[in-house]
Amino acid sequence: MNRIHELLEAFGSALLLAFRSFRSLPAAPRILKRTAEQGYLAGYTTLPIVTILLFFIGAVLALQAGNTLRDFGAKQLIGTLVGESIARELGPVMVAILLAGRVGSAVTAELASMKVSGEVDALITMNIPPERLLVLPRLLAVLLVMPVLTIIGNIIGWFGGAVVCAGVSTIGVEPEMYFQSLKQYLTMGDIIKGLVKAEIFGFTIMLIACSTGLRTRGGPREIGFAVTKSVVFSLIAILTLDYFITKALD
Amino acid sequence: MAKTPPPSLIRDDRNPVKVEVSGLNKSYGSQVVLTDVTFDVKPGEIFGIMGPSGSGKSVLLRHIAGLESSTSGTVTISGEDPRKPETRDRFAVAMVFQSGALFNSLSVYDNLALYPLEHRLCPKSEIRDRVMRALRILSIESAVDKLPAELSGGMKKRVAIARALVMEPQLILYDEPTSELDPVMGATIAEIIATLKEQFTVTTIVVTHDRDLALTIADRIAVIHQGRLRAVLPPAELRRSTDGVINDFLNPKIDVRNPRFKQLEATHE
Repeated sequence: MNRIHELLEAFGSALLLAFRSFRSLPAAPRILKRTAEQGYLAGYTTLPIVTILLFFIGAVLALQAGNTLRDFGAKQLIGTLVGESIARELGPVMVAILLAGRVGSAVTAELASMKVSGEVDALITMNIPPERLLVLPRLLAVLLVMPVLTIIGNIIGWFGGAVVCAGVSTIGVEPEMYFQSLKQYLTMGDIIKGLVKAEIFGFTIMLIACSTGLRTRGGPREIGFAVTKSVVFSLIAILTLDYFITKALD
Repeated sequence: MAKTPPPSLIRDDRNPVKVEVSGLNKSYGSQVVLTDVTFDVKPGEIFGIMGPSGSGKSVLLRHIAGLESSTSGTVTISGEDPRKPETRDRFAVAMVFQSGALFNSLSVYDNLALYPLEHRLCPKSEIRDRVMRALRILSIESAVDKLPAELSGGMKKRVAIARALVMEPQLILYDEPTSELDPVMGATIAEIIATLKEQFTVTTIVVTHDRDLALTIADRIAVIHQGRLRAVLPPAELRRSTDGVINDFLNPKIDVRNPRFKQLEATHE
């Protein structure tokens, strides 16, 4: 019963945090620099790992699908399968998982440490809302960065599939055929649906990260617990939301 | 062209405030921290809150700073609720935290400039003047570009006080300002607190278990023991108090030959 109460409290405080943060939106011009810094941290520093991960996801997808489709005589459809899977599902989900592990954990650790050391209380006594200074720039940054990371991740993933199709002799699909098949069935709507997912995932991850960090009490041990909690909640939220968003968008 | 003088750190239209604590009770679950605490702090005085560790001093100060909500009872700053942002905005309540609570990712300059920048109190050039003046008052101009991690404990406390000063406060709250400092640095901080009160006529509340600090600088001292207020007296009267708890706190007796010590000795042998 206590667990449920704790979970509901965490959910409520995260919603309240989002509301309070967006109430500070008129101050957005004043936090442009902070938003840009957070955008750099969330986007630029995550990009290398996104490219590596999505390249190999595209490659493995092509390899697995290639061998199966070849047996059915439908290897010309590999491009469609890889393209659609990455654009609609794997691209946004994998970028979100990376964001939760890399950026969400760092944000929770930073904010939890600020909370424990009294920096957040100092902001409150200075009448500077922590939501405006610490949360809103991060939420805005992630909303700006997620579509860019997802589009780059998608393109790299498609190329990963193309490299495997051309390089693995048992599949033997030329890049021209691969990309033609990819273009034939993949629509702008599929890409946009993926980007909508990415935006929702990114916002949720950052909200969980900030909320968990700012709710931390105690010492260094609690900071560690907060980081673990933030990442676990984010992963659960990504996969749960993925189902409902997919259902809503189809 | 004549250079404009640096702006005052305390605006003329700002007067020290009165703080009233009435029937304050605070519990965390079943743990009672404060019981029926009532006192008032007059405008412009230095009010010490003294008591042993864990007696509820810091919790009381957090209530005055508006960082905690009471279980029952009220705290007001010139009649207003300190938890309301408007109250903080109106009276500029500054708090010097025990740890300093400096923003670790910001330089000393940025720490001090944050408040006027965020509240758009004046143009950037004036903010620079104001920050540099606060650093000069505390004799820490050399630390302006340093990060908090590069400062000693005493320097951190001074930066925290300078940051409070930049806010042009009407009320400054100090939480254990001399803890973790050597006696010389502790004396320096005590002098700074007294000087700031003289120069800027702010109401000052100092929470401390440092007997010498409280008895030296405070106009009146409240003694808290196990969450209850034992007395509110001027230092001279407090010294003459016949209350056993206050006497024990002010004049602790160290007896190295007491039975407990002998027991430890025996165990070692």
